[in-house]
Amino acid sequence: MDNIQQQLFEGSRLRLSAIDLEKDPDVESKWTHDPDYLRALSPDTARPLSPFMVKKKYEGIEKEMKEKRNSFYFTIRLKEDDRLIGFTKIEWIEWNNGAGRLAIGVGDPEDRRKGYGSESLQMILRYAFAELNLFRLGTFAIPAYNTGAIRFLERAGFVEEVRRRESVNRDGKRWDTVSLGLLRDEWKR
Amino acid sequence: MKNLFTGELVCLGAPMPSIDAPLFSKWSRDTEYMRLLDTDPPTLASAKSLQDEFEKRLEDQTGHVFRIHTLAESKQIGFVGLFGFDWANGNSWVGIGIGEREYWGKGYGTEAMTLVLRYAFTELNLHRVSLGVFEFNARAIQSYTKAGFVVEGLERKFMNREGRRWDIINMGVLRDEWMKTYKGNFEK
Repeated sequence: MDNIQQQLFEGSRLRLSAIDLEKDPDVESKWTHDPDYLRALSPDTARPLSPFMVKKKYEGIEKEMKEKRNSFYFTIRLKEDDRLIGFTKIEWIEWNNGAGRLAIGVGDPEDRRKGYGSESLQMILRYAFAELNLFRLGTFAIPAYNTGAIRFLERAGFVEEVRRRESVNRDGKRWDTVSLGLLRDEWKR
Repeated sequence: MKNLFTGELVCLGAPMPSIDAPLFSKWSRDTEYMRLLDTDPPTLASAKSLQDEFEKRLEDQTGHVFRIHTLAESKQIGFVGLFGFDWANGNSWVGIGIGEREYWGKGYGTEAMTLVLRYAFTELNLHRVSLGVFEFNARAIQSYTKAGFVVEGLERKFMNREGRRWDIINMGVLRDEWMKTYKGNFEK
């Protein structure tokens, strides 16, 4: 099948979209007040952000996209009402090596387990491999206790590549982080 | 307690941009060396531009970079540095380069790495240290293994050089492992 006419940023229920600097900070600020979300996403210290802080973060992301030309950040929205439900990004692209790093998150627990993650993942993978022409994608470090995220990525073809032992310390316990990788040839489109 | 910054072959010293810059500029011409160091394409930099960069880097004070000196000739042969600190989880990354080729494969780098790990584990009190090394750098892999690192995974086919793909090998060392095996060496 020839996919050149197929929209890159439109899925069946979701679309990839730009940041809305006015409306999005309030939504993401709410997500950052959920420690489970933050702790699932990364080993970075969980920290709530005010709408103002989120807006500053967005401005930084947009500045970096424009200046460095090696990162792509998308918001994920419902097509029916344009509501923000998550984000996905490819960062740290090394053009000489065709390598980049992927992250994806759905912020509100109510929006999970509905297939939104899979639909967004398919869009960002197509963008990475069929538009940016990357050779491989790695993930950022994922805490090993987030087995849901790891299984979700494995279903899309990712395999565990690196397991950094005892690299997160939470609730008095040490956990590994894992990074997964996907080569263009392994992508299940 | 022995000097934290001195071993039997080398000692570690503070960065000095005016002295480091011309050396790094010279080493940047050796592309075999540069391709062992970084995934970025090698570029050439003048001593002046490097000095500006190094001075600027010193202002933010977030890394711990050391010059590596031989004890016998007091010759500066390379650098080693800890960077990318994650203090809450007790992690950092380490990078090392021996720009003077005649000091390759003779234990200088391994000892410098051991000194910087001792600093990381007994002064900064980190829990673990990570590094990435390229598949084609067998000498470094051997040295890191000697210094206590173990392989934690492969970023498959990450690099594209000379028309073929190469893995990046990820290694890590935990404080407990390191203390058991290596600390004794400094207490003789």
